[in-house]
Amino acid sequence: MMRVHLLELKYEFLKMFRLPAYVIPTLAFPLIFYLFFGLAFGQKGAASYLIATYGAFGVIGASLFGFGVSVAVERGQGWLQVKRATPMPLSAWFGAKIGMALLFSSIIVACLSLLGIFLGGVHFAPTVWPLLFIALVAGALPFCALGLMIGYFAGPNSAPAIVNIVYLRMSFLSGLWIPIEFMPKFLQKIAPVLPPFHLSQLALIIIGAAKGSAIVHILALVAFTLLFLVLATIAYRRDEGKVYG
Amino acid sequence: MNTPAELNGVTKRFGKTVALDSVTLTIRPAGLVALLGPNGAGKTTAVRLLLGLTRVDSGSVSVFGLDPRRPRNRVRTGAMLQVGRVPETLRVAEHIDLFSSYYSDPLPNAEVIAIASLRGLERRLFGELSGGQKQRLLFALAICGNPDLLILDEPTVGLDVDARRGIWEQIRRFVGKGGAVLLTTHYLQEADSLADRIIVIDHGRIIAEGSPAEIKTRVSGKRIRCSTALPPEQLTALPFVTSATRDGAITEVLTSNGEAVVRELLARDRSLSNLEVTSAGLEEAFLSLTKEVA
Repeated sequence: MMRVHLLELKYEFLKMFRLPAYVIPTLAFPLIFYLFFGLAFGQKGAASYLIATYGAFGVIGASLFGFGVSVAVERGQGWLQVKRATPMPLSAWFGAKIGMALLFSSIIVACLSLLGIFLGGVHFAPTVWPLLFIALVAGALPFCALGLMIGYFAGPNSAPAIVNIVYLRMSFLSGLWIPIEFMPKFLQKIAPVLPPFHLSQLALIIIGAAKGSAIVHILALVAFTLLFLVLATIAYRRDEGKVYG
Repeated sequence: MNTPAELNGVTKRFGKTVALDSVTLTIRPAGLVALLGPNGAGKTTAVRLLLGLTRVDSGSVSVFGLDPRRPRNRVRTGAMLQVGRVPETLRVAEHIDLFSSYYSDPLPNAEVIAIASLRGLERRLFGELSGGQKQRLLFALAICGNPDLLILDEPTVGLDVDARRGIWEQIRRFVGKGGAVLLTTHYLQEADSLADRIIVIDHGRIIAEGSPAEIKTRVSGKRIRCSTALPPEQLTALPFVTSATRDGAITEVLTSNGEAVVRELLARDRSLSNLEVTSAGLEEAFLSLTKEVA
């Protein structure tokens, strides 16, 4: 049982890692943005602030693309059906995708942290680093659920475009690129309905760059996860009843 | 031992379309059943039911006596389905390694590679394979679990003659070792060269069933058209004649042996004219079989 799950995870990771269309936007973009705005041209404090927000940005991308696009493509092009015709437990397929998103998120957060420490001279208390790491990586889960939902609602051709729109708009409006305090007031008001806002605020609270209650943001993220899972289940049911040829 | 696969009075609807209409079929060990029919006949629905990918509206499905909707009940089944896109960034050996892990008693990877003639391609990414090689890999994934039942949905569609013969050879070998196979195809030739039983299906209903020889007689005959004084009833009684009808001045005879019947017609009716012999194609044969049912 466990061997199937591990192999499925291993090959899910290899499959995505060899795919430039996945690796470049999810891994390279947050790191390049960070080098650019956090280290090269950043004001004082940007190097630490942006680890939190670009960390959230990277994690969200890894989860949305890893789930949304790959589920839509594998489902829509018949590959999922080939796998489901075998005795493969469905938990291996889902588990591998979640594991892959967490693994990729870990790599992104670790790379950002190392860049911050060695090039940006970022200094946090020893307890802050592990907390930040855990919060950001676990923050992948609501976006896995959102990706799953998109993957089941969208077709294989439209999914990449939908994920891109959702990803970039949400990230901008949640203050992942420009700190939320610098945005117009009405945009600040709508940010709390967007899940990335809560993940970035949670990360900022952990590093002491924002005020507020961490619990509120954690609860909001849990609520979003449940909502997306319910919607994903509805989409899954709808899909199960469909005709294929 | 339990029967490898059975559909028992199965009806399956999608909305208002009846994909399968009280279909019963059995696949036995060391036997190959070919499901032959045009697109949309219900072949793929039968395949999906046997693989537990969809459920019946009425009737029952069993695979080795078990319900295939449970993943673990599919350990003795291997399947080759039509697929639009396969992950292209995994290597041949990696795909096989992963699929083998789904089964409790898989074949050694080297043996799978040999059976599917993929030697030397183990390190190739799927995206770098040719069309024939891709199809052979899908066949490898179907047999890697050392199955007792193979379900092949149009396994050679789009392949050249050599690649097609290669897969046929492996299918024959599998049956020779006692395996049971359900194969769907719309090539009569494929069904004929592999199957010991052919089931012709159209609009979700079985319209003919028998050995390849029996089906061929009904399906791949000749159509003779001519003006003759001989009455259709007399023609129907001749050897090899499947049916004879008269429409105005023209009489039409369907037969499994064109030469013999033409010789006989000419001998019996010296005044016969407007003789025309054409082969009754599969589509026409389906039509005539459908008519027989109706």
